[in-house]
Amino acid sequence: MYRYDEFDHAFVSDRVEQFRDQVARRLSGELAEDAFKPLRLMNGVYLQLHAYMLRVAIPYGTLSGRQMRKLAYVARKYDRGYGHFTTRQNIQYNWPKLSELPDALADLATVEMHAIQTSGNCIRNVTADHFAGAAADEVADPRPYAEILRQWSSVHPEFSFLPRKFKIAVTGAERDRAAIQVHDIGLHLKKNEKGEIGFAVYVGGGQGRTPMIAKKIRDFLPKQDLLSYTTAIMRVYNLHGRRDNKYKARIKILVHETGVEELSRQVEAEFAELRDTELKLPERDVAAISAYFAPPELGSRAEGWANLAQWKKADPEFARWVQNNVQPHKHPDYGMVTISLKPIGGIPGDATDTQMEAVADIAEEYAFDEIRVSHEQNLILPHVALADLEPVYRGLVAAGLATANAGLITDIIACPGLDYCALANARSIPVAQELSTRFGSPERQAEIGELKIKISGCINACGHHHVGHIGLLGVEKKGEELYQITLGGSGDENTSIGEIIGRGFEPEKVTDAVEVIVNTYLGLRLDPSEVFLDAYRRVGPQPFKDALYGDKTAAAA
Amino acid sequence: MADKVLTANRLSDGISVWLDAAGNWNEHLQDAFVARHKEAVDALEATGKQAFADNKVVDVNVVDVEEIDGVLRPLRMRERIRAEGPSIAYAAGYSGLTATAAPAA
Repeated sequence: MYRYDEFDHAFVSDRVEQFRDQVARRLSGELAEDAFKPLRLMNGVYLQLHAYMLRVAIPYGTLSGRQMRKLAYVARKYDRGYGHFTTRQNIQYNWPKLSELPDALADLATVEMHAIQTSGNCIRNVTADHFAGAAADEVADPRPYAEILRQWSSVHPEFSFLPRKFKIAVTGAERDRAAIQVHDIGLHLKKNEKGEIGFAVYVGGGQGRTPMIAKKIRDFLPKQDLLSYTTAIMRVYNLHGRRDNKYKARIKILVHETGVEELSRQVEAEFAELRDTELKLPERDVAAISAYFAPPELGSRAEGWANLAQWKKADPEFARWVQNNVQPHKHPDYGMVTISLKPIGGIPGDATDTQMEAVADIAEEYAFDEIRVSHEQNLILPHVALADLEPVYRGLVAAGLATANAGLITDIIACPGLDYCALANARSIPVAQELSTRFGSPERQAEIGELKIKISGCINACGHHHVGHIGLLGVEKKGEELYQITLGGSGDENTSIGEIIGRGFEPEKVTDAVEVIVNTYLGLRLDPSEVFLDAYRRVGPQPFKDALYGDKTAAAA
Repeated sequence: MADKVLTANRLSDGISVWLDAAGNWNEHLQDAFVARHKEAVDALEATGKQAFADNKVVDVNVVDVEEIDGVLRPLRMRERIRAEGPSIAYAAGYSGLTATAAPAA
């Protein structure tokens, strides 16, 4: 895991003290709100419906037990005993007091955590595949490059006042688990025919009110050119991105309005100027940062295979959890464990202080002290010996964290919605809870198979509804909540934006509507191996429209 | 004209508050002063502006309410949730709002 050097420590500590002074001046009245607001946003502090909200970055989703324990401590000391893990590998606290936030940030700084660039028109927390460094299908660990991007982009003077926020995601496998094609820049780490490491570069993806799939502008960028090429993209965006209209300011609009060929030409021209400058990554620097991410020493634990078979036979609940929540690791004696933060009927992404501490305990005892946060609002233990799965499971059961639903219909992404968020038009969490309860039986979930429901409470799409197999968007119509349904979205290597299926549904009808969609799918799939998304792509929206609305005119309304 | 109340978030902790008849920022909507005619609304708006300028509160708004059997109910869902808190139980294991709520101002 990356460790702060002296510069990092001093920088983050100085930033906390600077913010402490700003907060003191705000509370004394020396600073007016208009002057203070951009300063608090630069430190991850929002004002929401009920209180301030603090968003803390978890760079590329990687955490140690010590850091998780500190997140628990902050939840207990400065909040109401829980936190919310977000779709961008951050954690949000919903109730901190402004007057106490400098202390909370000082506590976080002791474990190398901060909230810098979790808001504002700058380069935000760089996200990565949550299985990085462990996945069997990985070409290389994307996190060293995410860390290089983090260091380069932190308070970068040229890119701190962009036309709009800017999000970068990196994946290291063909199977895209970081949703790179719906990011401003998506980087796909790969090898060329010579075996060299580089990136396929995607630009201009995003969700929000104008969802766009990113365009590939480079098949293979040598790794040493990562920063010079990224700088070239940023410069073109910073120069030409629209500042006249907030809703047209993201790079996706620039790519769309300029055309990918012309934009690519501009980027390449800028890159030609930058290519062999000080931005070129020296091999020794890449090696030094990569060393921080070296995998733990994974000794042979071959006994796990026999143990696992016995445990599964003895306990069907455990067997179900292994089947759904444990993925193959690059070392055959190990697995990658998904800790579901989606209890049946619960709040997606929430964890209490004691749950966070339980995860820290388990990670330290059984998982080489490594924890990840996924953009699907779950936690991951990336390295667990099969021989340790049973005690890990028992620990998770005791903490209420052993829901066996990873990738299934109740593994729902939901933004905080109108229960917390000042931007929301409708609630997300209660919709997720009702769907989770409706489909909660393990047998029903197994029958349905892989199905991703994603819910946003407004068009900003923090709940990623555009890339949900079933997406729900809450809107306000005549003062009441209404939910628009999209089908066929996907945020993987075959990214697609969901299509609106027809008129929206009232809160009390939306769960029934989703059930109609699910039952329609079950009735038309070729066999149980044809998952919802594949079936939808085969048959298109019409059978679902017919089932939901009865006739075509109603669907068009 | 719909009845109106003045709401904001307290500067120091961000908690939602409503202006009461004594001129205090109160954590309970039901204690809010209700403006029922234009002059009273103007007075609310002026009070809100001054409180913002005095750095007591932020995000100051006049919002529509109706009074049913003596109970104030904001017309918009957003304002109802601001007044009543999240419509959901918090994360599993959370011991409840009253256990940790700040004492009334």
